[in-house]
Amino acid sequence: MAYDKFTVLRSTAVPMPIENVDTDQIIPARFLKATERKGFGDNLFRDWRYNSDDTPKKDFVLNNPIYSGKILVGGKNFGSGSSREHAAWAIYDYGFRCVVSSFFADIFKGNSLNVGILPVTVSEGFLDKIFKAIEADPKTELEVNLPEQTVTLLATGESEQFDINGYKKHNLTNGYDDIDYLQAMKSDITAFAEKSLY
Amino acid sequence: MSQLPASLFDKVWDAHVVRSIPDGPDVLFIDRHFIHEVTSPVAFLGIESRDIPVLYPQRTFATADHNTPTIHQDQPVKDPLSAKQLAALSSNAEKYGISIWALGSPKNGIVHVVGPENGITLPGMTIVCGDSHTSTHGAFGCIAFGIGTSEVEMVLASQCIMQPKPKKMRITINGKLGKGVLPKDVALYMISQITASGATGYFCEYAGEVFENMSMEGRMTVCNMSIEMGARGGMIAPDETTFNYVKGRDKAPKGEAWDKALAYWKTLKTDDGAAFDKELVFDAANIEPQITYGTNPGLGTGITHSIPKASEVKDGEASYKKSLAYMDFQEGQPLLGKKIDYVFLGSCTNGRIEDFRAFAKVVKGRKKADNITAWLVPGSHIVEEQIKKEGILDILKEAGFELRQPGCSACLAMNDDKIPAGKYAVSTSNRNFEGRQGPGARTLLASPYVAAAVAVTGVVTDPRELLSEA
Repeated sequence: MAYDKFTVLRSTAVPMPIENVDTDQIIPARFLKATERKGFGDNLFRDWRYNSDDTPKKDFVLNNPIYSGKILVGGKNFGSGSSREHAAWAIYDYGFRCVVSSFFADIFKGNSLNVGILPVTVSEGFLDKIFKAIEADPKTELEVNLPEQTVTLLATGESEQFDINGYKKHNLTNGYDDIDYLQAMKSDITAFAEKSLY
Repeated sequence: MSQLPASLFDKVWDAHVVRSIPDGPDVLFIDRHFIHEVTSPVAFLGIESRDIPVLYPQRTFATADHNTPTIHQDQPVKDPLSAKQLAALSSNAEKYGISIWALGSPKNGIVHVVGPENGITLPGMTIVCGDSHTSTHGAFGCIAFGIGTSEVEMVLASQCIMQPKPKKMRITINGKLGKGVLPKDVALYMISQITASGATGYFCEYAGEVFENMSMEGRMTVCNMSIEMGARGGMIAPDETTFNYVKGRDKAPKGEAWDKALAYWKTLKTDDGAAFDKELVFDAANIEPQITYGTNPGLGTGITHSIPKASEVKDGEASYKKSLAYMDFQEGQPLLGKKIDYVFLGSCTNGRIEDFRAFAKVVKGRKKADNITAWLVPGSHIVEEQIKKEGILDILKEAGFELRQPGCSACLAMNDDKIPAGKYAVSTSNRNFEGRQGPGARTLLASPYVAAAVAVTGVVTDPRELLSEA
């Protein structure tokens, strides 16, 4: 499914300084019953965001109007648990384009890249600085520069490099996906399959 | 040319690389692809909108499991959204010529139970499914892991996925497991030692006497839980135990094809001197029956222990306190004697015949505690039939338990089997996340022995007290 190209994103950020944010929190299983990719943002962090009577929980960050932006900043081991891509869909559909953390779960990271969300891994120290900067000024802006592979706190100019492989970087900056690539190498795949033991 | 010593993982991975992209992932050929109703519909929409056919429909197998009810399966599914997803799975399978064991089929069951029991899972394969517990199939020396829906679409379209090669970890456990200690305890112990993210970025090989002496069911339980320490997957070298399990199963090779496959499978082991990025060693003697008390699977301990203080765990203090607050537990509180409301035996982790044998061994001659609601859910109809055939059902009934019908059930609260808010469940499933078993539900993960001990006493109980022989 097509996604917006990603180059340089300058935005305020939403802080979630909680460790081990698992995909059951990002989108609980009971909301995985759609047969189309629509409307998942409404249920992003459903049980942290709403009471059982569907009224908003006032102390949850997404219900606090002072925080907004296209960048979500999460604690260590973000996206652990289930392989549900619905978690990445919900984050994208809500309006985030980038998640910053000091550590991502593997499957979530892969799913994010496949749907057009940039997962940015920073050091624990820099993550802490980002949280403190947002706490001090919720309107502080971050710049995530994919071509340069940097994330910068614009207020102070403090910056850190992040890793991404060249192939995925090329895909994200151009809005390509893996199926385009795989379709172009089909003859190699069918030749490989002929030799398969199974 | 002399070959460098290779690990089991390298041997299987390298045999499936169609192309290595410089500064990018490997294009990996996938031997078997399992699909279920939840993570496949959008993938089918994707190939439809691109007008791409399924390249090798005979390599994909469908089963309905996440949404299926576990009682009255002969009646229409009540929840309209679940019914729609199940219908989408069936119509997609039919449209593209994919084999399906739908609700009601005698071979229906949880995807990670039916694959191995029907011989679809074979040693040395690459196996993927839109489900993180695909790691289960690593028990056969497979590289097996969960994928997202975009990747399901890739596999349908091209029989390949694109993944950077993970780092390699080996966990070795030697010695003999003590009385009352099951493979689930081994898994929970490892996770508690290295945390829920301790193996992120790695693919894990399990080695040593404990795994060599384990049954295939036990190995599946251990590999299943690999994802709970963050590993993409876990694998165990195939051996005689593996070959004996596979031989004669429905879709396993026969005759000459078997001999050829077996000769290859016997080469699938880690060479002496093979390098790993990380090696961990544990001693079987240190593993007692385990139970979790927090909201990630790494927050577990020996059943006779108390809940650790925040200063004693590796999770951050704020996250740890949030976790205990959700569970309504206190630091330092003992686990033994805690009153429990629900017991769940089942899931892709512990829904196999050995798990029911273990449960029955403890409850035989005893009675279900009055305060316990017990859901015993076989992983498949084949497991269900075996339970009846071996007389386990009679033991369970005599003790006041009922058997439900196969499915994922209370593992993930997508179907009707949900633990009510605030209630405590001792569960043989794989995740104790907030709300995993229902909004507000409080989950304590444990083995079938512990689940059975709780089911007959009504409180957290050390199963060793109820197991007579060693």
